[in-house]
Amino acid sequence: MQQYEYTNKIYYDHFVLPFTIGLVVLLGYLCVKYYKWIKSFPKEERKKIRKGLFSFKTIRSGWEIFRESLLHHNIFKTNPMLGYMHMTFAFGWFLLIVVGKIESMVYHTSAFNPPYFAIFFRYFHPAKETFPHSEFFAFLMDLILTFLLIGILLAVTKRFCSRIFGMKKTTKQRAYDLLILTVLWLIFPVRFLAESFTSGLNGGGSFLTHNAGNFFSGFLPLESLSYPAWWLYSSLLGLFFLLLPFSRYMHIPTEMVYIFLKNWGVKQGKEYNGFSEIQVNSCSRCGICINTCQLNTSCNINDTQPVYFFRRLRNHEEYAQQAEDCLMCGRCENSCPVGINLNAIRQSKRPDILRVTKDTYAYVPQPEVKPAKVAYFAGCMSHLTPGIIKSMLQIFEKTKADYTFIDEKAGVCCGRPLALSGNWKAAQVVMDKNLQMIDASQADILVTSCPICYKTFKEDYLLNIKVMHHTEYIDMLIREGKLKVNALDLKTVFHNPCELGRGCGVVEAPESVLKQVSQKIPTVYDGKKSLCCGGSLANTVIDATQKTKISSDTVKAYAAYQPDIIVTACPLCKKTLGKTSLEIPVKDIAELVAEA
Amino acid sequence: MINFWGYSISETRSINYDTNDKSMTEYIARVVPSSKLCIGCGGCTAGCTAGNLTNFNIRKIQMLMKRGENKEAKEQLQKCMLCGKCMLVCPRGVETRKMILEMLNYIKTKLKS
Ligand code: SF4
Ligand code: SF4
Ligand code: SF4
Ligand code: SF4
Ligand code: SF4
Repeated sequence: MQQYEYTNKIYYDHFVLPFTIGLVVLLGYLCVKYYKWIKSFPKEERKKIRKGLFSFKTIRSGWEIFRESLLHHNIFKTNPMLGYMHMTFAFGWFLLIVVGKIESMVYHTSAFNPPYFAIFFRYFHPAKETFPHSEFFAFLMDLILTFLLIGILLAVTKRFCSRIFGMKKTTKQRAYDLLILTVLWLIFPVRFLAESFTSGLNGGGSFLTHNAGNFFSGFLPLESLSYPAWWLYSSLLGLFFLLLPFSRYMHIPTEMVYIFLKNWGVKQGKEYNGFSEIQVNSCSRCGICINTCQLNTSCNINDTQPVYFFRRLRNHEEYAQQAEDCLMCGRCENSCPVGINLNAIRQSKRPDILRVTKDTYAYVPQPEVKPAKVAYFAGCMSHLTPGIIKSMLQIFEKTKADYTFIDEKAGVCCGRPLALSGNWKAAQVVMDKNLQMIDASQADILVTSCPICYKTFKEDYLLNIKVMHHTEYIDMLIREGKLKVNALDLKTVFHNPCELGRGCGVVEAPESVLKQVSQKIPTVYDGKKSLCCGGSLANTVIDATQKTKISSDTVKAYAAYQPDIIVTACPLCKKTLGKTSLEIPVKDIAELVAEA
Repeated sequence: MINFWGYSISETRSINYDTNDKSMTEYIARVVPSSKLCIGCGGCTAGCTAGNLTNFNIRKIQMLMKRGENKEAKEQLQKCMLCGKCMLVCPRGVETRKMILEMLNYIKTKLKS
């Protein structure tokens, strides 16, 4: 009864319509959306696109898309099980499309057959008519389909018992997401059924669909099932395409766009713009950020991690509290497989409330600064930890440095705390005050003891002199032989401050210094994996008790290595950890060096 | 204060609790409950970055606000640099930085003149 139009070479049947319409609408929607977003970029950023388009960077992006969007290399690194699941889906589907396309082209030898032809090839292709390597193709297609079905099995398992994946909580879903998830999960099983039914009727297929077809033909009325199955398959695809832009799966096309833009050098600025939208839409909701966030692990706060914050942004829900409820520790950003600028985006959503005028900070006196080669800016927090300042001054004296202590008496804040609360305008006024001071010092090197200051000096001040955190400066002194140190007989662990390690990428210098002045115990929290001390100024939602909880959990984690001292490199971390670490002393690396 | 050939009349120092606008302190007590723990020790002011350079006094502003005298807060509060040192020294765990942010917010959006 099944009447295929074997003789008629126009491959068409009404059932391809849902798929085709879905695809066309989706592509149209995406083009308009991306065009709008890119148009909202600042001018300089758009220029970068024009420059990057025909450069090597584009090829590199292609490779990165292959590695990340298809193979999910980064998720693999964090969590192999999860990576495998994402990979079977993405790479499997990709192969199914590509190999299917090649197969259909080999059969039909025209590159211009309609897009649906390859997708519904088994329906249009008369099974008895063989073509070069048709058996091999059938085998390959079945293999890929098997691969995909296993992926779905894993995904279903993950949803119902996520512990196998080493994830505590699976990301919460709303009804719409559940709908599209169901559609996605059904697509491949239905394809499998449609192909099997057709194979059961007409032959064709390979180890999977052929055998399944034979099996089904034993007890199912395939004649009346096969055609509706193709309709269902096409409708599911079409529905998936139509639902996609408003669901998490928007990340599939958007992540690719993001990878291109990123490689062309587009940067997330202080403003929330189209580039931020693209990033927010690139989040695959993999949930990795939930498990790295200490607000989750220590305080059980589960509505503020990027995955949730972004979902609020996308669904236009209230997000004011979530924008503020974040330590900006960067642990999530460091582990996000898509590499989204999570902190910068959150910061751009913090409202500017200070009423700054040009007189707001007029009370700050004109600085009197003695010129010297090295300008030392302790940072206002360091004035609460005199031990750090004393040690640094000792080191300067010992190495006979030509230095000047620029914020000894009348220092002002570096401005980053203002910026962290969204008040960029006010921050700019404070920054100008410091700039005058730095200029007046005529120094070649600016050394600071505070990683928070360090980050903003490096990124926002646009200084044309060298900016160093004291750990880098000490490391340089030791390397140049200007500072001799002896190893103390102390076992230490290193807590790399968020703003220093993850924030500014300073990892080697402090480690190398610490190894020379003590017996450093390696920990799993070394380098960019360090834990947040909890004292961050960035979070104004959690209270003192919750901060203490984070801090004491962090101390516990480091204390498990049984060090004599917990070493850090930030006055704020030292203060915060010092309050909760009652048994093991907490010291700044500079203090250790001064003793050594 | 009017200067009258070398003489001046001091501003009245009477505080009328009934007519003062307590809305801000009520709001702050609600959103920053830890502000109720303040014992007025002045530690915050002693370490204050802004207070080091001018007579900005965060303890005093806080105290006045609690009485419903919001004038000083309105005039002075933007001098704060939000550096957070006050919070770090406070022996009572008052989240001063958050309190300041909330006060600024309130002054800007809700406080009647
Ligand atoms: S923000 Fe990154 S880590 Fe978090 S869910 Fe999205 S993609 Fe995953
Ligand atoms: S920056 Fe830190 S506190 Fe904020 S969401 Fe990420 S991991 Fe959590
Ligand atoms: S970053 Fe912190 S310690 Fe450094 S100057 Fe600013 S407020 Fe002070
Ligand atoms: S340091 Fe704390 S307790 Fe003392 S006056 Fe300031 S806010 Fe109040
Ligand atoms: S946050 Fe404001 S009030 Fe507190 S110490 Fe810094 S400048 Fe002073």
